[in-house]
Amino acid sequence: MSALAAPAVPRPSSGSTLTGTGRLVRFMLRRDRVRLSVWTLSVVAFYAYFADAMGPKARAARALVMETPAGIVMGGPGYGIEDYTVGVAIANEGITWVVLALGIMSVLHVVRHTRAEEESSRSELVRAAPVGRHAPAVAAIVTLLAVNAVIAVVSALALHGASGRELPLADSFGLTVGSGLSAMVFGAVAVVACQVTEHGRGATGIGLAAYGWALALRSAGDIQERHGNALSWLSPIGWAQQLRAFVDLRWWPVALPVVAILLLLALAAFLASRRDFGGGLVATRGGRADASPSLRSPLALAWRQQRSAFRWTALGMAALWYASGTLLPEIMEMGASGAADNEMFQAVFGGSDPAVFRDGFLSAMVLFAALTCAAYAIVMSGRAGAEEAAGRAEAVLALPVSRSRWFGAHLVVVGLSTVALVAVSCYAMWVGAVQVGMGEPGLAAYTDVFWTHSVALLVYLGLAAVLYAWAPSLAPAAWLLLVYAFVVGMFGAVFDLPEVAEAISPLDWLPAGFGEAPEAANMVGLAGAAGVLLALAFVGFRRRDLQSS
Amino acid sequence: MTVTPAVEIHDLYKSFGRVQALDGLHLTVLPGEVAGFLGPNGAGKSTAIRVLLGLLRADSGTARLFGGEAWRDAVALHRRLAYVPGDVSLWPNLTGGEAIDFLGRLRGTVDKKRKAGLLERFELDPTKKARTYSKGNRQKVALVAAFSMDADLLILDEPTSGLDPLMEAVFTQYVREAAAQGTSVLLSSHILHEVEKVCDTVTIIRNGVSVESGTLDELRHLTRSNVTAVVSGDPSGVGRLAGVHNLAAAPADGGTRVTFDVDDAQVGAAMAELTALGLHSLTAVPPSLEELFMRHYGEALPAGTAGAR
Repeated sequence: MSALAAPAVPRPSSGSTLTGTGRLVRFMLRRDRVRLSVWTLSVVAFYAYFADAMGPKARAARALVMETPAGIVMGGPGYGIEDYTVGVAIANEGITWVVLALGIMSVLHVVRHTRAEEESSRSELVRAAPVGRHAPAVAAIVTLLAVNAVIAVVSALALHGASGRELPLADSFGLTVGSGLSAMVFGAVAVVACQVTEHGRGATGIGLAAYGWALALRSAGDIQERHGNALSWLSPIGWAQQLRAFVDLRWWPVALPVVAILLLLALAAFLASRRDFGGGLVATRGGRADASPSLRSPLALAWRQQRSAFRWTALGMAALWYASGTLLPEIMEMGASGAADNEMFQAVFGGSDPAVFRDGFLSAMVLFAALTCAAYAIVMSGRAGAEEAAGRAEAVLALPVSRSRWFGAHLVVVGLSTVALVAVSCYAMWVGAVQVGMGEPGLAAYTDVFWTHSVALLVYLGLAAVLYAWAPSLAPAAWLLLVYAFVVGMFGAVFDLPEVAEAISPLDWLPAGFGEAPEAANMVGLAGAAGVLLALAFVGFRRRDLQSS
Repeated sequence: MTVTPAVEIHDLYKSFGRVQALDGLHLTVLPGEVAGFLGPNGAGKSTAIRVLLGLLRADSGTARLFGGEAWRDAVALHRRLAYVPGDVSLWPNLTGGEAIDFLGRLRGTVDKKRKAGLLERFELDPTKKARTYSKGNRQKVALVAAFSMDADLLILDEPTSGLDPLMEAVFTQYVREAAAQGTSVLLSSHILHEVEKVCDTVTIIRNGVSVESGTLDELRHLTRSNVTAVVSGDPSGVGRLAGVHNLAAAPADGGTRVTFDVDDAQVGAAMAELTALGLHSLTAVPPSLEELFMRHYGEALPAGTAGAR
């Protein structure tokens, strides 16, 4: 890959605006050595796992799913779907996700080392040294290219190796290099965005929005026509898929991302020499001089701080679980055939009888949804800690606002948002299922699932709150219960854990089957646990010193 | 007659792990008084203020505001005070104007005219998002919010860090106005001329304990005046007087120029000696708070790290 994209890298010696690029490259690699290693290993592991994961029956079932519109959006244009081999499956389904992961990495990397540095005025120190104007941006691109190249090479070798050399090396490289170049396009978009906006967040948003557009274009094109039409060819994700790896490999489409990257970088260089250090081409819009009348309580402020995260999460979950709902018929078929030849599958999903399997599958989906909501609750309850660490809690608590009122405001917003997300997930899944004619289980079952899981999730919120209130540095330990619940929920039956061990997970107290009536005593117990934890949290938070920087 | 002090700290102790932040602190601010709270960075000023605000719990000792307990009665007491921290952190996605309104509304209603006036005097654009503000502008947001409240007590923790001299002057003026209306002020600082400009009394804190406390005049009694004189005779006799320090002499037009520091109690004796030598000219400079400060910290700390700047 490095050979292909080499023209994208201006030589550091070519001019004084690039002085110091080499040292900055070393500095960035040093600074990000852990971060970049984790990204690399994760992507390589994803490829290697995929290459070894599916049996022939499971693949045949997946091929059915991948012909549905939802399958096409989450997968690809369907090259080779008639004979769905491992390689075809990876290329068809994997590219969208690999490009998403690498694209996020690329956008974050670029923004982190250019605009965010400028914003924090750290790069003022660097730029005051003998370092050229374009050096930080070029160094960011060079390091990005290097890490993408490493990922592409190692991934290709991993694919080849993990499949027992069944996957041809050339096609493996086509897949990984195409995906890497596609992701680099989003990195290059971020470089341009960094010249235009004043803030790192804005640039990151533009970079990720570009991915969203690319996905929408490719999906629209691929749904309209198998193997894609003109719309698919407008999308960088489509370019990687159109290499047709493992079907009928062709190399010329890699020219598209290379040209796109060069054009974007040329545009960025042109814009960069027309703006001031620290400034953008688009000035930040002014806001309100006076607060809206509703912004008059800690509760209103907490909502204001969390509402955009909530809206985006709700939107994402609605789309994800709606799509999952529409997949239900195909997944039943796929699961039934997969379950027939896989004992572990049966253990996890509760057997191979289609109805039992359907409910088992729905339960597993709900477990994922619930854990996602629990993660949201834990992340968002951390906002209180962030407010405290930044000294903003101090500003509010120095006014006539009690500790309980401030803390309660955060917990109320997080609690209601979490419950709302559970509702969105459950009912989106139901709507999706009904649309493809899966009227069974009915709305009442989804409603039971919604409220019982909501109660269980409040235990997570309570735990996160108690940890934060009594020992802020231990707050991340709430994640342990989440991981534990996942392992017990997914594999408890496989590991044959004792009941006591399973009961530690709040979700284990809920009915095992989808939509089964809950046991009243269990629900009272869960609600009681959540109540006690939250009460303890308030006691603790009122007693302790406020931490400040 | 006993008056309830606006601020009363008595024998206050507070430790963080092995660090003893407050080590028996005493501090009193009477109603209507502007009290300076001086000390180098890390002396415990902010810790004391956070205890007063009920944000930290003291290990022992008392911290009272208007006679009420700082920790237990925090909410009720906060209705009567306004606070400006030294390092203001604002909500990144709120504008300065929104933050001012929000903080004001938590206390009561916001006087729009007063807010507008303060914004104009401090030259602050309220429509910018807080994440785009410089340190000085964030400081201004907190100052505008505090001065737009009708408080009985202003607690200001190094409030001018980040302000330019022009804005410092505006700040000083608002403190004076507040004081004229009977507001008590506790102003913590390591900038001496700031305290000298507005404060009636000063408490000097070091390593968590108050080392000096009194009115500015009282504190000056403890220190030495700097004298420069030109005399005809030989001034070496002056140097032998008790209470005269750092004597230096050099030839000058029409005699000898002599400079020395003298304890205020010994000024009379020194003057008599100088007069006897045939006095041509004389200047005597009262000690600045700078020197007072250096006396407490300058000797023990390596040069350059003393709180003065």
